[in-house]
Amino acid sequence: MTAAISADGIRQRYGDVQAVDGVSFTVEAGEFYGILGPNGAGKTTTMEILEGVRKPDEGRVELLGMNPWPRNPKLLPRIGVQFQASAFFRKLTARETIRTFASFYGVGPKRADAMLERVGLGDKAESLTEKMSGGQAQRLSIACALAHDPELVFLDEPTTGLDPQSRRNLWDLLRDINAEGRTVVLTTHYLDEAEVLCDRVSIMDHGKILHTGAPAALIRELDDTVRISIASGQLPLDRARELLTAAGADIANLEDDTVSLSVSTRLPAPVLSVLAEQNALRGLEVRGATLEDVFLQLTGREFRA
Amino acid sequence: MTPTTSTEPKVPAQRGGRAGAAGERERVSAFWSLSRAMLLGMKRDRTATFFILLFPLVFLVFFGTVTQGSGSPHAKVAQVGAVKLFDSMQGDARNGLNEVLTITRTDDEAATLEKVRKGDFDAMIEQGPDGKVELRYSAADTVRAGALQGILNSVVQSANQAATGQPPAYVLDSQQVEDKSLKPIQFLTPGLLGWAVATGAVFGAALTLVNWRKTKVLRRLRLAPISAGTVVSSRVVVSLLTALLQSAVFLVVATSFFGLKLTGDWWLVIPLVICATLAFMSIGLLAGSVAKTEEAANGISQVIVLPMSFLSGSFFPLDDAPGWLKAISEVMPLHYLVKSAQSVLTRGGGVMDALPTMGGLLLFAAVLTAVAWKLFKWEDD
Repeated sequence: MTAAISADGIRQRYGDVQAVDGVSFTVEAGEFYGILGPNGAGKTTTMEILEGVRKPDEGRVELLGMNPWPRNPKLLPRIGVQFQASAFFRKLTARETIRTFASFYGVGPKRADAMLERVGLGDKAESLTEKMSGGQAQRLSIACALAHDPELVFLDEPTTGLDPQSRRNLWDLLRDINAEGRTVVLTTHYLDEAEVLCDRVSIMDHGKILHTGAPAALIRELDDTVRISIASGQLPLDRARELLTAAGADIANLEDDTVSLSVSTRLPAPVLSVLAEQNALRGLEVRGATLEDVFLQLTGREFRA
Repeated sequence: MTPTTSTEPKVPAQRGGRAGAAGERERVSAFWSLSRAMLLGMKRDRTATFFILLFPLVFLVFFGTVTQGSGSPHAKVAQVGAVKLFDSMQGDARNGLNEVLTITRTDDEAATLEKVRKGDFDAMIEQGPDGKVELRYSAADTVRAGALQGILNSVVQSANQAATGQPPAYVLDSQQVEDKSLKPIQFLTPGLLGWAVATGAVFGAALTLVNWRKTKVLRRLRLAPISAGTVVSSRVVVSLLTALLQSAVFLVVATSFFGLKLTGDWWLVIPLVICATLAFMSIGLLAGSVAKTEEAANGISQVIVLPMSFLSGSFFPLDDAPGWLKAISEVMPLHYLVKSAQSVLTRGGGVMDALPTMGGLLLFAAVLTAVAWKLFKWEDD
């Protein structure tokens, strides 16, 4: 079976900026694949090259076994693209908008309306797109990308600017889309989003892919410390250090910021047993590494979300 | 401009077994739904409706009202004392005179002369004891003064001739030719109509293109399996409908309220407007291909349309303009539209007055569209 996407050594330069600098990856059919990176990392340009709206300076791309550049009308009905900006016709209602776009693919009004219901915009069908909230416009944009039942879906930062409630609703929708057997490619600069949704992620910065893998595997590979914290005032800092050292715990960091006493360690077991013996477990929190830690280690800088 | 190119969609068999409409029917429905989307958007955009339909009409109403009634040589004449020449005129002769002159009787010669100086009267007339008719006129309006002299001279001549008791040896039978001396509405309507059509088509094409590029609607269209021909032809259809609607409104308002009289083959204005719309759209396409923002597209369009309208005789005739100005005007498509529209709408012109213009406009459209195609960009860089 051909891969849904294969990109090989793609490069794109704008003036002095090497926006994409030798990116290669493969996405299998049915996979939920994420490209994660800060603004300006080259995610959007990579997506545009994949979609076939930009010709890369170098490199090869194949979607479903076909070259997306130049414009390939055989390929177009099989892919769906959701846009970062809300690219709608002016002064049309949600229903008119999706029906118009659906008609370009020979899809009738019934299916278009059903898609509108599916993304939860049934009661907004008669609203002008200009009057819709950010979350509604994003859902309409996704509905427009899906109306023709594409096999391969591109989503460019679909949840940017949404409130937490809308983000979670959208995540459910995206998971369903993928569960139906569609291949989904998502760019995001939200690490939690990638962690929750993607089968595999590529972390990208300065036009290069730094690392690719399943989110959990990436975090495991990081071999980072676990951070254990309890509420302050149960155990003085000096006493804690004494007991932990006596128990042979490997302490990377120990601090008390008057709200909580925190220990960072690679071996949580001895630390937890010392705390339990001292009956100092009020407000206990154990936090493992996240994709954010992976990202920070790979890029070596603050995450510019 | 036909919706058939090599990039027609061939929808492959897809999962779910839906949407298997035949290629032909699909294309048609994409074409109409795209046209419908644009028309609805335009209809709901009050600013656009105002500028396309009402704004030109405001000009027509304005010019039509201020120029109504002017253009006739009607003159106000003050008659001091008795003037046997006028006083003795009876019946038809007197009525004829009253049509061109308003005669007011006064007694004070000095005061009346002062009023002529101020322009309250166009002229003063009195008759001396020796039968000499004296005319004192103001030269402020030379055309009117000339007409007045001519009228009085002919009145004096015919009175002299009648005094001989002989029948006149020669009789002048004059009939007016339909020309620019007709009411101004007759040249205003084609001129303003041309300007309105040019504005609608140039701005429509330029702003649509830039707006679609900026909002990425253009990218959506590019990623959909529809041909460029479908997109272009539906945009053309929308512009043509707009232009024809403008023309209909214009002609109805001008004939109903301002006394526009249409001549024989006035319907030829329809193919003329269609060809001109294509020519103006190509200008808009070029402006939209070059401009990066809507503001720039607006500016470029304005810089083209407004001077073109002045130089093409949309607002006033260019008969007295210097030669170099006329030369510039002769490369402007609007000039030919206005000229031919005047010809077929108000001067009894026929197919042969319209055909060469239509051909020229189409050629202009083809050349500019080819240039715009070269400069066309799907995306902002």
